[in-house]
Amino acid sequence: MAEYLIKNGFVFDPVLGIRGDKADVAIKDGKIVETSALSSPKVIDATGKTVMAGGVDIHSHVAGPKVNVGRNFRPEDKLFGYKAKSGIERMQGGFSVPTTIRTGYNYARMGYTTVMEAAMPPLYARHTHEEMRDTPILDQGAYPVFGNNWFVLEYLKNNEIENAAAYIAWLLRATKGYAVKVVNPGGTEAWAWGLNCENVHDPVPYFDITPAQIVKGLIEANEYLGLPHSMHVHANNLGNPGNYTTTLDTFKLSEGIKPKSKFGRDQVMHHTHVQFHSYGGDSWANVESKAKDIMDYVNSHDNITIDMGQVTLDETTTMTADGPFEHHLTELNHLKWANADVELETGSGVVPYVYSPSIKVCAIQWAIGLELALLAKDPMRVFITTDHPNAGPFIRYPRVMKWLMSEEARKQQFDAFKHKDKVIDATNLAGIDRELDLYEIAQMTRAGPAKALGLSHMYGGLAPGLEADVAVYDFNPNEPYAPDDIEKAFLNAEHLFKTGVQVIRDHEIASNGNKRTLWVNAKVDENPQVMRDVKEKFLRYYTVTLNNYEVTGHYLPNPYVIEVDATE
Amino acid sequence: MTKTVTDVICPFCGTLCDDLEVVVSDDGKQLLEVYNACAIGAEKFLHSQAKDRLTRPRMRQEDGSWKEISYDEAIEYTARMLTDAKKPLMYGWSSTNCEAQAIGSEIGELVGAVMDNTATVCHGTSLIAVQDIGIPSCTLGEVKNRADRVVFWGCNPAHAHPRHMSRYSIFPRGFFTGKGHTGRKVIVVDPRPTDTASVADVHLQVEQGRDYELLNAFRVAFKGEQLPDVVAGIPKEKIYEAAETLKSGRFVIIFFGMGVTQSLGKNHNIDEAIAVTRDLNEYTKAAIMPMRGHYNVTGSGQVWGWLFGFPFAVDLSRGFARYNPGETTSNDLLARDEVDAVFVLGSDPGAHFPFNSVKKIYDRPSVAIDPHETPTTEVCKVHVPVAFVGVEVGGCAYRMDNVPIETRKVVEPPEGMMTDEEFLKRVLARVKEIQGV
Repeated sequence: MAEYLIKNGFVFDPVLGIRGDKADVAIKDGKIVETSALSSPKVIDATGKTVMAGGVDIHSHVAGPKVNVGRNFRPEDKLFGYKAKSGIERMQGGFSVPTTIRTGYNYARMGYTTVMEAAMPPLYARHTHEEMRDTPILDQGAYPVFGNNWFVLEYLKNNEIENAAAYIAWLLRATKGYAVKVVNPGGTEAWAWGLNCENVHDPVPYFDITPAQIVKGLIEANEYLGLPHSMHVHANNLGNPGNYTTTLDTFKLSEGIKPKSKFGRDQVMHHTHVQFHSYGGDSWANVESKAKDIMDYVNSHDNITIDMGQVTLDETTTMTADGPFEHHLTELNHLKWANADVELETGSGVVPYVYSPSIKVCAIQWAIGLELALLAKDPMRVFITTDHPNAGPFIRYPRVMKWLMSEEARKQQFDAFKHKDKVIDATNLAGIDRELDLYEIAQMTRAGPAKALGLSHMYGGLAPGLEADVAVYDFNPNEPYAPDDIEKAFLNAEHLFKTGVQVIRDHEIASNGNKRTLWVNAKVDENPQVMRDVKEKFLRYYTVTLNNYEVTGHYLPNPYVIEVDATE
Repeated sequence: MTKTVTDVICPFCGTLCDDLEVVVSDDGKQLLEVYNACAIGAEKFLHSQAKDRLTRPRMRQEDGSWKEISYDEAIEYTARMLTDAKKPLMYGWSSTNCEAQAIGSEIGELVGAVMDNTATVCHGTSLIAVQDIGIPSCTLGEVKNRADRVVFWGCNPAHAHPRHMSRYSIFPRGFFTGKGHTGRKVIVVDPRPTDTASVADVHLQVEQGRDYELLNAFRVAFKGEQLPDVVAGIPKEKIYEAAETLKSGRFVIIFFGMGVTQSLGKNHNIDEAIAVTRDLNEYTKAAIMPMRGHYNVTGSGQVWGWLFGFPFAVDLSRGFARYNPGETTSNDLLARDEVDAVFVLGSDPGAHFPFNSVKKIYDRPSVAIDPHETPTTEVCKVHVPVAFVGVEVGGCAYRMDNVPIETRKVVEPPEGMMTDEEFLKRVLARVKEIQGV
């Protein structure tokens, strides 16, 4: 493989602790190496430019059944923005739910190289893998959902952590999944009867277990296995005024639990898109930011990580395994509603949504997301996301960076709101003058998420031995710049390397890379009871047979297996 | 000695049963018996064994007779036809696997084809309605485990999806439905007294073409508002009663078929049926599902969804994807002479398109890829027989509820026969050569 030397760039790397100093980055055989290890490298002159590791997205809905529902039921999402095929690039369409081809290319253009699909219904795992297979360049993994799974509900009701863990290990293997995802624990099972679980103590119909038991049990099972990533939760009561108490109640379920994983993470709970979970008030008339209360908790508990779920003020397509929430949303905005309940496992809904700067609540949501990141004491535990495409499309990440890095940019946005004064009254953002620097941005988009995923041995930094995922941006942090220059530069990487292959050269896609699919193979002691339960449920309640369930073979043409040994 | 292959997937209809057992000879070359399948499914497996089956491509001669040609010649003809055409139609894609669909899509992109599947004359109207109003749906296991109110509207699974009622919808005992069919109320809406209607608790014999009115009347009845004495041939008392039956259920499922999608009103009927389902969710839990026909028509919509963003009628001729049913749909293109070559794979438009469209296929350079001799192969210039997907080669297929299942290879294809995927890969390579890309 070709050797590369990226010379003289301003390097931002939390792993090596480099804060914008000039440094060289050397690439050989797909890995970062010491510069002395190169013999005749191709030299990339990065003088006056910013150099970072490839970005890592910990939570994004980019592949699978509900994403494709979003694509197929929104032809309007393709209007005006379709890009014709050209050179090695195939045709690309869609804005909030782009085609798989565009997903790969657009992440690459932003300098991202690893993207985790945030919710995979196990029965549809094959579909999710087919889409990931057809997404170029990116390394990807997918999180199967567990929070409404009948096996999990039954085991955890009786506090059978070991059985829950054995089932998790089995399902990760069957679906080639990466982590334990929990969406509206218990609430989506309740939605199969048109009901919901509105707080952590609201029992699940028939199963007689509470969301609190599900979350706590899954944290324990996750640590029993010692998986690379922690339990990854989207709590109950998303998107409702006054829901911050439910969020704090959910956070508290992690208290006293320490990580037992050899993958170097410090958290036992990752709570996703916290913006949607940080609302005060008791109606849309008096909804207000509770980001301070939320961040006080996060800042003082280092076994929790979160991501933002930043509202980008766009027309977008919401999609989540939180079935009851999407029904609630369609009643609110009266736009088209798709729902797909999945036998024994989960459910989901999809509804288009317009986050308008002229609507007070949307502007408040925008402010809350930014407050979370700006109130963070440890940027290694608070990550940039838009919960793509729920709060906005991922292509807006550079704009989110701009808002975080520039008080002026935030002020411009405040001035564009129709209800500016009301928004300022209901939030704290106008009183926050913090401006993040590129080192903190690198923590929130590279080193932090990589560590939380248990992948700091591969991604997130530029230390020798890590994967050679390197982005070069045409941005000089030492020269004066306008806020929009940030967005422009980070939307359009000048060079990008993925495991040592140059996939972007001079802002153009130069290669489709060597995409890998990550999954976790957790070994546990033989568990005859769980295997008997699996057989029984497939025989009696599933509509596919057990032998037709497991995803194998060509669905993962280039797998990367992370082995975990949880045997005794 | 014979071998029994279990958990075999049936490549016939959208029910995609995956519990078949197939007995094959010891050398794996002969398929002997099929268990658990319906009559149609069993026949699909068994007739792959026909002794007079075509195993090599053939080309129509000037005098109308067929001449056997090699696969290489068939690949050359197909690649030339597609690259020479200004706007070829690549139609079908419903009886093949997703792997072939994906390669076909890449060819379509290179040659600027219009990609269309059988939804164009089937559930395309449903797909349009979903774009208007969405679709609250579920997997078939949810129906089996929860549904206590089952509606079949304009469909006749007793004949078209023979195992649907026993596997998923009427008879099975699920987790919350331990009483099986005695715990379910079944309503059939159909102008005809079908075999499905004969097992229903209620048969609403709607006047033909009046489905929209009846669906709308249900929405009125849910709200307890006034109805005329008779709507669509049904007395209002029966409508109120049926509406009450649905509202009082724990879990309502509505299955619908071509009786509503291709009769007067078309996509508007489905709009209204989905609105009925949305309304029911105010009172209880309700879902709705199209009874998709071919075993993988759903899959082609999925593959094109993630590659292009549209489920059917995808026009790639301008270098990017356009979708405008009525303009980019197969029959409209053929009727207006807008396509200059026709490629058919995994479908039989010769049997199902209007005769005027079939004549247009006959008038053009045309290739049909199909294991069978069909009305379509009769009007095409080249016929390429291939291995049966789900019998002689595996690959992914999507059930009517979008659940993907990997079909199985149970028996060897006849010596030297290509699969859809192999043939398309060769065509793709040849197209790239011709175009110099």
